Amino acid sequence: MVYENPDGVRIGLEVHVQLNKLNTKLFCGCSTDYHDSEPNTHVCPVCLGLPGALPVINEKAVEYAMKIGLALGCDIVEQTQFHRKNYYYPDLPKGFQTTQYDFPIAGEGKVVIEGEDGERDIGITRAHMEEDPGRLQHMGSIDKSKGTLINYNRSGMTLIEIVSEPDMRSPKEARRYLDKLRSILDYLDVFNGDLEGAMRVDANVSVFMGERVEVKNISSFKGAERALLYEIMRQKNQIRRGGEITLETRHFDEARGVTLSMRTKETENDYRYFPEPDLMPMRVADRVPAVAATLPELPDAKRNRFLEEYDMTDMHAKALTSDQDIADFYEAVAQNENIDSKDAAVWVADIFKGEWNYRDLAIHGRTNDPVTPPYSWVKLSGANRKDPTITSSIGSDDLIYIIGSVNNGEISDNSGIEVIRIILDEGGSANEVIDAKGLRKVEDDIVATAVSETIAENEAAVQDYLGGAEKSLNFLVGQVMKKTKGRADARQARELLVAALKS
Amino acid sequence: MTKWLSISDVKEIIAATSAEEVTASYLELIEKSSINGYTCTSDGALDTAKMVDKGEVAGPLAGVPIAIKDNISTKGLATTCSSKILEGYVPPYDAHVIERLKAAGAVIIGKTNMDEFAMGTSTESSCYGVTLNPWDHERVPGGSSGGSAAVVAAGESPISLGSDTGGSVRCPAAFCGVVGLKPTYGAVSRYGLISYANSLEQIGPMATCVEDIAAVMDVIGGYDARDSTSIDNKIDYQAALVDDVKGLKIGVPDEYFGEGVDSSTEKAVWDAIAKYEEMGASWGKVSMPNTKYALAAYYTIAMSEASSNLARFDGTRYGPRSEGENWHVMASRTRAENFGKEVQRRILLGTYALSAGYQDKYYLKALQVRTLVKQDFEKAFANFDVLMAPTMPLPAFKIGEKVEDPLSQYLTDVNTVPMNLAGVPCISVPCGSSDGLPVGLQIIGNHFDEATLIRAAYSFEKNTDHHKARPGEVA
Amino acid sequence: MITKDEVEHVGWLCRIEINDAEAEEYAVKLSSVLDYFGQLDEVDTEGVEPTYHVADIMNVFREDVVTPSLDQKDVLTNTAEEKDGYIKAPRII
Ligand SMILES: [Mg+2]
Ligand SMILES: [Zn+2]
Repeated sequence: MVYENPDGVRIGLEVHVQLNKLNTKLFCGCSTDYHDSEPNTHVCPVCLGLPGALPVINEKAVEYAMKIGLALGCDIVEQTQFHRKNYYYPDLPKGFQTTQYDFPIAGEGKVVIEGEDGERDIGITRAHMEEDPGRLQHMGSIDKSKGTLINYNRSGMTLIEIVSEPDMRSPKEARRYLDKLRSILDYLDVFNGDLEGAMRVDANVSVFMGERVEVKNISSFKGAERALLYEIMRQKNQIRRGGEITLETRHFDEARGVTLSMRTKETENDYRYFPEPDLMPMRVADRVPAVAATLPELPDAKRNRFLEEYDMTDMHAKALTSDQDIADFYEAVAQNENIDSKDAAVWVADIFKGEWNYRDLAIHGRTNDPVTPPYSWVKLSGANRKDPTITSSIGSDDLIYIIGSVNNGEISDNSGIEVIRIILDEGGSANEVIDAKGLRKVEDDIVATAVSETIAENEAAVQDYLGGAEKSLNFLVGQVMKKTKGRADARQARELLVAALKS
Repeated sequence: MTKWLSISDVKEIIAATSAEEVTASYLELIEKSSINGYTCTSDGALDTAKMVDKGEVAGPLAGVPIAIKDNISTKGLATTCSSKILEGYVPPYDAHVIERLKAAGAVIIGKTNMDEFAMGTSTESSCYGVTLNPWDHERVPGGSSGGSAAVVAAGESPISLGSDTGGSVRCPAAFCGVVGLKPTYGAVSRYGLISYANSLEQIGPMATCVEDIAAVMDVIGGYDARDSTSIDNKIDYQAALVDDVKGLKIGVPDEYFGEGVDSSTEKAVWDAIAKYEEMGASWGKVSMPNTKYALAAYYTIAMSEASSNLARFDGTRYGPRSEGENWHVMASRTRAENFGKEVQRRILLGTYALSAGYQDKYYLKALQVRTLVKQDFEKAFANFDVLMAPTMPLPAFKIGEKVEDPLSQYLTDVNTVPMNLAGVPCISVPCGSSDGLPVGLQIIGNHFDEATLIRAAYSFEKNTDHHKARPGEVA
Repeated sequence: MITKDEVEHVGWLCRIEINDAEAEEYAVKLSSVLDYFGQLDEVDTEGVEPTYHVADIMNVFREDVVTPSLDQKDVLTNTAEEKDGYIKAPRII
């Protein structure tokens, strides 16, 4: 099936990723750990733009930017530098933003997404480094406020702005692109996407190949989808009514779910970009091999490997590799010799991941053994995104125990799911939970189940026995003994079999 | 206590009396001053002096007062760039050079007057009013570090710091008859220096003798990780205080003795060169053909950078704030009402020179010319150890004489801006007089060759008496 | 030459309020300076690299190590208006 794109929608996204896993800001030593702090407590002369203060580039930020560029398949530029983008806004303490202009650190690349009609490449135009402005809080709505409150704690945080080509044809594709980007960035361990403002999106949208409109101030992925749906509808309606779409910037009002026109006098021409005299150029090309060596296996590569190494569906491979921690957790389970990899995929991707997401848990820590892959043991710890005091953790050994117990009939499928829930909600190990909750089938049940399974699975022998071949009963008893791993005694098994076959 | 003390004089007096007494007597002099050289004095000066006396602070400049140009950030002490837009601004941090001075035991005695945001050659654009030239109160002290030069010339501080973007240390040093050094770009950290034109400027010392220049440079010079343009290139300045110029090759660029140069000034400089020859140096002419365009290139670059550097003064985080119905109007009004006229002109011109459609014609072109000017110096230094020229084409002009015509004032910088474009070090030393006013000899060195510069300047001083001339008793 | 309209636009770009009379005056004064700058046109700069920095150094970095920030009171001490630790400014539009 080929997607026709009936409305000629073209969407390009500019995603600002805040590298909040760095210890310090882009140009000063202020801590990036400001999210729960009082306003204006994580600022210094540099990020407050005090007269006389000078910037110095955080080397790690450059390394992270290169890492992102490489992961997106971008060319890393030979030599780059910072420019000043001159404009006035109260969140901008120097009256200019230090950003990159003609030589962004990363050039063209691409991201593969699941499009409307199968896999699809979304082109990356460029990725560049820049500093985050401070944060404004309008006292009331933006147009009728009594004033603006400014908190510069965010000022000077490292941003990577990833600019895509207008290759997305629907809000859904835009959402998939964002999810994929997030997944790649998570793998790189350069940011914590769960922190407020970690990924912010500006969207360029046009319909029927017309003039594009820039929608700013989108702060979540859900918001992106809503803003795009609204904006596409607005543009289509406008055209239907005989109106025209003009190049403009609109502001997404998250609360109302609408986009509003923002009149700005400045255009791209007015920014007066020029090289930052206070910073020296950077030659980064020769650092590429070292940075490339630190890249982990990325989602697409991991997915392909999973399909090759383990027995699983493509859907499971995708689900298991969208998050690196989950992928590692899966592998620790699947590598156990008593567990079937396909079984493990169902348990991890469908059941465990569902329960984890249902609780809105963000992975905030993990332990593993050994330190480097392949891990024989992985333990995931998570906290509820809205209430971080609610925490959970579960180890791959727990899941292995659960799957094993289900497989050998000690517990039912439903009990297995119940055990996962209890571990996540109340803690404890699988073994303890199964005992404490009395989920283990009693011995008699195990034998009884084995008997009925044996009868069901060995029709020929059953018919032989019913036809008078007493010897066939011995075979059936043997099967029951095998299933129960010798836990039943032979006399009991024989009695139960005879009783069942006679009824 | 006598006026016009050198650092070693001050140290002697401290040994005989106390640092507190020395500081107190300077504060008294400043109190009685009629030249308007200081914008404020430091409340902490006496405390520092007392700490020196108690032995709690030591170092090469222990107890020595120093006056600081008002564009160098001093923690807890108002720093205004002589602009209304920084009225009441008290930095919460010290500039790198201030940290170094404090660690060396120096007493920050006060802040000195300057052209607003260092934009000028006369100190007339200060919001505090002009500083008077100690030699003739009807004349300007030069600029933009006019206060720093005048207080040293008037004996109100033994040493001072200025900043030099296009001659702002050397011009007032020449006009006031003191010694002033502009170090190689990158030799002194700019951290805490309020930027006018970042790619051009350096902090530099002023003093009554070369020895003191070297002593201050040994304290403030050297690498600072907080300034990305700082260069790790250690120079031992005081070790260069050698009275010997035998074999020194002096280049004399024709282009620095152009039409506008005052004849007495020219004579004083040639006499100085003759003196060098007598002392064992040799000289030859050198051509620096792009000098002619240096001034236009310099002003284009300086204004462009300034337009961006001064964007932060918008009334939001510091300084006064005008009324306005929204933030943009507030900012526009704050800037219109609190920047002086010359600053506004330069911001407008700089904004224009960087704007789309004009950036290549002005800004980029100026940077290309800068390359040519730099190459002139490279060629000259292939054959000569130092270059010599008049610092200023004329002696101190009358107050008010050039206020109305900015261009005529810009033109006086013709001999000082090329070095900032090239980033090379240069020093102005007194070398005589013109109409009873001091004349400065400018000695220019190659990148990071301050040692040769200091040796040349020191030797001249040891063999002449020009530096001993004081206001009212011109030699 | 800079026109009065250009002066007004530039005035907006650099946020300096300029009234009509001032714009006229600036157009004249700034034009004479720009004329002077125009002599750069005479110089043949074909193939000449611009000098952004006089020092030929590159890759000046710092380590990702936290240094102390300012106290909140030092951040707020110079501002015209504050509220609950925030710097307060007029509304934007
Ligand atoms: Mg951006
Ligand atoms: Zn900071």
